[in-house]
Amino acid sequence: MAGMELLSDQGYRVDGRRASELRRVQCRLGVLGHADGSALFQLGNTRALAVVSGPHEIRGSKSKALHDRAVVNCQYSMATFSTTERKRRPHGDRKSIEMSLHLRQTFETAILTQLFPRSQIDIFVQILQSDGGNYCACVNAATMALVDAGIPLQDYVCACSVGFVDETPLVDVCYAEEAAGGPVMAVALLPRSEQVAFLSLDSRLHEDHLSGVMKAATVACRDLHAVLSRIVKETLQEATAGE
Amino acid sequence: MKETPLSNCEREFVLLALREKKRLDGRQTYDYRKVKIAFGTEYGCCVVELGKTRVLAQVSCELVSPKPGRPSEGVLFFNLELSPMASPGFEPGRQSEMAIEMNRLLERCLRSSRCVDTESLCVISGEKVWHVRTDIHALNHDGNIMDAAVIAANAALAHFRRPDVTVQGEEVTLYSVKDRDPVPLTIHHMPLTTTFSFFHEGSRLLVDPTRLEERVMEGRLLVAMNKHRELCALQASGGIRLLQDQVLRCSQVSSVKVLELTEIIQRALQNDVQARKEGRCCGFAESLPVQRVTVACAHEATVNNEEALRRANEVVKFAEEPADVEQPVCHRGPHTAQVGDGLVNSWLVVDDEPKSEEEALDGGDLEGVKVENEEVEELSDDSVIILETHNRVPRVVQLSDGSEEDEVMILSGKDLMNVSNKGCTKKANNSDDVMEVMVTKTKKPRKRNK
Repeated sequence: MAGMELLSDQGYRVDGRRASELRRVQCRLGVLGHADGSALFQLGNTRALAVVSGPHEIRGSKSKALHDRAVVNCQYSMATFSTTERKRRPHGDRKSIEMSLHLRQTFETAILTQLFPRSQIDIFVQILQSDGGNYCACVNAATMALVDAGIPLQDYVCACSVGFVDETPLVDVCYAEEAAGGPVMAVALLPRSEQVAFLSLDSRLHEDHLSGVMKAATVACRDLHAVLSRIVKETLQEATAGE
Repeated sequence: MKETPLSNCEREFVLLALREKKRLDGRQTYDYRKVKIAFGTEYGCCVVELGKTRVLAQVSCELVSPKPGRPSEGVLFFNLELSPMASPGFEPGRQSEMAIEMNRLLERCLRSSRCVDTESLCVISGEKVWHVRTDIHALNHDGNIMDAAVIAANAALAHFRRPDVTVQGEEVTLYSVKDRDPVPLTIHHMPLTTTFSFFHEGSRLLVDPTRLEERVMEGRLLVAMNKHRELCALQASGGIRLLQDQVLRCSQVSSVKVLELTEIIQRALQNDVQARKEGRCCGFAESLPVQRVTVACAHEATVNNEEALRRANEVVKFAEEPADVEQPVCHRGPHTAQVGDGLVNSWLVVDDEPKSEEEALDGGDLEGVKVENEEVEELSDDSVIILETHNRVPRVVQLSDGSEEDEVMILSGKDLMNVSNKGCTKKANNSDDVMEVMVTKTKKPRKRNK
């Protein structure tokens, strides 16, 4: 991967996008019949399937119940066939647990958990195809699944990853751009209030460029929010028209 | 073991103090606790104390074959252990979520940022490289283990010396420590973290939270930077919703703090080098304070109580004078005196006659009884009864049991004599001077038989 130009002189990236372009977004709600809510989210070549179950009674130990809000339980796993080389351990390794933790922290702020004391909401996300931007695809898929399940949310949670090459923020990095080793920031945003629900930065980025990168991420998340709300409205229209 | 839950009043106290911009240990919002770095006798061993949080880091290395994807790079491995020694809330065995999160943060901050040059760790490309392993143990948890761990890891890596190796063609000679001086690692930069904790829905933030503040906080932002103002890692998590300019402001604060911390680490390293050169003994034994009853005693913090004094003075100035305590003391009997007149009392009346025995603690389950030559002892909750043991005017008094259904009236002793009927009641006479008898008409049966 060394030597491949991530941003050409004319401003094109490896897959032909411009610096501020997102990959193509496709989403379907209600793909699984038995779950309370499910969604299949595709961001370019990255595919994530999210299943939401709840709110229901706490499974397992009752001691985990919180007296004033619901417990959000997230599990992230990557299918063994999702990467170019077969993955040995789909879940249970450090990165998966860390990702599950991040997802849980993101959604604990967004779901109105005060409405469901002493209950549990489960979110299971599976990566079916991984081409960069795994966390963002998971968050977007989980948001759509929560909308499908009818769980009250503060706002949509839209996530986007931003890289930084040649003084330019590159929105929605793919795997090639991630593996090149430059800084990648993943941001999960609540678009209406522009509040950051989750933020994580890898690799080195100079402080002066931080505001530029964050602005690019905010704009991208807002665009994503427009796409997602359009998809939800269309799904609802189809559902009501069909009856 | 499960952690003891935090009481509501402690939580409220911390939050209330924060609203007035006061921290429990007297620090300012952006102040760090005192950082102490001590090195062990071996190279690569370091103990960092951040206030009472104590962390030990140890670096070691060995020759291994490299990873298949990177044949000419060494391997860096970080491991943070949270054992029950640090806090009884940590479980032994399988790592909790918090431990995994911290481990991942350490990896991202130190490994992905390439602070140590891994290419210099290569001995023979594709066959032998150095595997440098940093083990960090939390010894005491008083908040902000992450920052302490990162400082310890950086200091330990900078302090560490690996054995010297020479390669001649296919031959590799590994010199032991005695033959040749060990070689330090190549460190490009020192990424240090600053932890910000958020309260009151993101409106208040604190740097370097203590254990109590950590338990109360709503969310955490971790900024990892080096002294060249490059961000090595950023992580906002835990349930806060931040605005962009808050994140930017935090990174600015962090750059200042990181400079200070890097200074401290450099100075500690130089002191250690100096000490070794001069042949002074170095190591942990030297850094532990002796001559103290306990090593982990609290440091004195100056408390600013000017405002409290001022407010106290104001209160005292405008307070009313206390009432005059001069009250007539009225001696009512051998063991009884009365100070002041008081209100209508529901206690027993003491006559001026001698030889009155008094028993305290009684309950009001009794009806008015005439007692002759008998002692009656009743034990119930809220009234007092006087017992008389001579055939005097019956002065058994039973007192009001506090029930509001009963009419309380005050009779004098003479009235009792005239009253043959227990149920007779008169209007209560609320005069304060003589209160001899109070009879209540109750329907409760007596508890004990006489």
